[in-house]
Amino acid sequence: MAPALLPPFELSITSGELAVREALGRFIAALSPISLEVEETGTVELVMAEVLNNIVEHAYPDATKPGPIDIRCAHKADGLHVSITDAGLAMPDGKLPLGEPVSVDVALDDLPEGGFGWFLIQDLAKDVHYARNSHQNRLTMRLPVGMTG
Amino acid sequence: MELSTKTEEQLRIVSVQDSRIDASVALEFKDAMRSETDGGPDLVVLDLSNVEFIDSSGLGAIVAAMKNMGADRKLALAGLTPTVQRVFQLTRMDSVFSVFPTLDGALAELRG
Repeated sequence: MAPALLPPFELSITSGELAVREALGRFIAALSPISLEVEETGTVELVMAEVLNNIVEHAYPDATKPGPIDIRCAHKADGLHVSITDAGLAMPDGKLPLGEPVSVDVALDDLPEGGFGWFLIQDLAKDVHYARNSHQNRLTMRLPVGMTG
Repeated sequence: MELSTKTEEQLRIVSVQDSRIDASVALEFKDAMRSETDGGPDLVVLDLSNVEFIDSSGLGAIVAAMKNMGADRKLALAGLTPTVQRVFQLTRMDSVFSVFPTLDGALAELRG
């Protein structure tokens, strides 16, 4: 018998620095019935952290005007299908950043202190897709963990 | 963001007491590292054994701490937990720092 799939779940937060920690805690807790490996949990937490931090920093850049972030998760045989929706500013050029690896073969002063986020998302998540509709950003992706197929 | 430090003859050990270095504390971590490393020994070992999670902002803050120390000094990392280690590997930042599995191992090597 194939292992059971987790029923779909949703959670909503209002953007803010500490809201990301709260959302990650709730998201990981919701996955506890499927007992992910430590590495799988690390993948989920890291990708979700990067996506949510980007929304807090770039979609809702004015901390005095926070907005909603809605997360939906469906567990399927090929992993977790996650969608994250916000009503903030659109992605620059309406497209996903490429997420290229940063260059590490440089002098100390030229080492990058940022730009790792989209690389980690694109590296760890599959089928990452972005759409802007009705003043909303919607990012969908598949996290290849908890696979039963 | 709580750091504890211990200074030996040739090096200083800075231990992160929090379990996360993420976007909400990255700036605070950077400032705390600056005050713990400015004017201290040339060799600093950052003990990350209590840290279970870092995100890209936390990684950037550790890079910033090393840059702030300057090219003539060294920041070594010790006690990386599996999830933290993976972030360094994926971004290839493990090639930029001296990385030691344990604090004791780092000290045995670095005390020379």
